[in-house]
Amino acid sequence: MARSSYKVTTRTGASQIAALVAAVLLVAAIALPTFASRSLIQDMFFILTMLTLAQFWNLLAGYGGLVSVGQQAFVGFGAYMLFGGAILWGVDPVAGLLLAGVAALVLAVPTAFFAFRLHGAYFAIGTWVVAEVVRLSVAQWKAVGGGTGTSLPRDARDLMWGVQWIESAFEVRSSEARDILTYWLALALTVATIGGVYWFLRTKRGLALAALRDNVEAARSVGVDSERMKWIVFLVAAFGTGIAGALIFLQNGRISPDSAFSVIDWTAFVIFIVVIGGIGTIEGPIVGVLVFFALQTLLADYGSWYLMILGALGIAVMLFSPGGLWGIISDRTGLRLFPIQRRLERRDGLQQKEVEEERP
Amino acid sequence: MIWIDTIVQGILLGGLYALFALGLSLVFGIMRLVNLAHGDLIVLAAYLILVLVTLLGLGPFMAALLAAPIMFGIGWALQRLVLNRVLGPDILPPLLVTFGLSVLLQNALQEAFSADSRRIPAGWLETSSVSLGPVSLGLMPLLTFASAILVTLALQWLFYRTALGRAFRATSDDPTTASLMGVKPEAIFAKATGIAMVVVTIAALYLGTRANFDPTIGPARLIYAFEAVIIGGLGSLWGTLAGGVIIGVAQTVGAQINPEWQILAGHVAFLVVLLVRPRGLFPRAFD
Repeated sequence: MARSSYKVTTRTGASQIAALVAAVLLVAAIALPTFASRSLIQDMFFILTMLTLAQFWNLLAGYGGLVSVGQQAFVGFGAYMLFGGAILWGVDPVAGLLLAGVAALVLAVPTAFFAFRLHGAYFAIGTWVVAEVVRLSVAQWKAVGGGTGTSLPRDARDLMWGVQWIESAFEVRSSEARDILTYWLALALTVATIGGVYWFLRTKRGLALAALRDNVEAARSVGVDSERMKWIVFLVAAFGTGIAGALIFLQNGRISPDSAFSVIDWTAFVIFIVVIGGIGTIEGPIVGVLVFFALQTLLADYGSWYLMILGALGIAVMLFSPGGLWGIISDRTGLRLFPIQRRLERRDGLQQKEVEEERP
Repeated sequence: MIWIDTIVQGILLGGLYALFALGLSLVFGIMRLVNLAHGDLIVLAAYLILVLVTLLGLGPFMAALLAAPIMFGIGWALQRLVLNRVLGPDILPPLLVTFGLSVLLQNALQEAFSADSRRIPAGWLETSSVSLGPVSLGLMPLLTFASAILVTLALQWLFYRTALGRAFRATSDDPTTASLMGVKPEAIFAKATGIAMVVVTIAALYLGTRANFDPTIGPARLIYAFEAVIIGGLGSLWGTLAGGVIIGVAQTVGAQINPEWQILAGHVAFLVVLLVRPRGLFPRAFD
């Protein structure tokens, strides 16, 4: 049989419909500020930034097998570089986002150097120690307020790229214009993150990463360099997490070491989002962030009960359904919105054959 | 003279950190499980002792004696009902479950006891001290350090001189073969976690009588405990004690230079050891 009559594909009917729906949703999301209230924009900002953090943590833990409990190091360091850049060197905050990403990337190099000496669970606490070291060091940085923190200077806030244009285009005050700008930036970051992760997982390196996740020895035996993959994933996740962190505190306008390096806000919540939604899939964190937001809205008045329920839910998912909510949905229906499974397909479409990559 | 005093205080503080760490070291040595809720369980035990002291009017040591079997039961049940179900080659489930437990415990304690900081009253012991040449040592820190040595000795004896210890070591080496010899790994793990919780109770006694505590301080204790275990070398009990002492001395020396550097100095000492001796100072002295 001629080789040319076969092709390798990842596409499914559901994924094509999903792509179409995603495109429609994206257009609606871009246009959202023209008709939505300010509080809705702020809620959407929260959902999008948490989703971005969750996607990067999922890339680390779900695909790379690197369970980090120290991602708050990159959130906080990125955010502090944005504030430091604006205060000390007058860097425009929008440009500061890129600075934040690069700074987090630079921080990730020594972090990985230390943390990769530890394995498994000890790696997790090792990253946490590094995050604590960064928090305590930043608290000594007097120019950005030391232990008490600081606010973004008024000039940097009001003269930020794009704010004045939004003010005149939407006829809103500058604080509202800032919310719209940060919302759009969060939307762009989320789309770039999901698109980027999806693209990465479908490349040769992504296949190598999935192979490592499924079986380290087998992957190594066919020539996958596991150390190199760990470094790539860790650095990429740090870069994205740094940008997301900077964006969160740009919208917030105020920063302090305790809020910027909070293990609950930037790691515990993110872990619960990924675990409840479904670890090791792109759809999981999307489902997870919606559940998380709904729970937070419903239980906002109950303080610590909210966190107890979240913790208990996380434990229950791990015990009874480790694939999370998306795992249940996709097992029942076979639905995959972001398929990365490669299938060998005959060009005339008569015969289909699944070739590789079992689902976890 | 001030430096001698600083270093001695640091060594004694290290006894407290070693007590935090010994339970963690024990559980890891036997079942390769890192309990991220370890620090929060210490805080839970401290509240348990506090409740017994205030409700029954007991002294802190009597209260700890009463709390120890309760904590053993909690540890045993935790292992039986939850942790045994997630142990396996994949490290993700036990990590995430214990992380969830950590958040759950912190907030449950906050709900039950409020966020106010508390202290276990220890009467005259709190302020007593002994003069030893140029330095004056608090009785409580001395007791802490002595307890750390005793606990290390007791665990060492348990491991190498008892049938249970033999079962611990056998299960640690090879659970499958051990189970062929009539050892049930699940039951062994439950006992090990129970014993770790007794050590946790002793740690909680000194944590709660020496300083204020509140529901949120657990994770920081976990980090100190973890650093002590890694510095000492995985699975070495005496190494864990040495690791605790190194963290303690680093912290008091750091604080002597600049009060804001206390915690940071402990972490930096840990990173330096990790850089120079990635496997710790005394790796795999047993197992």
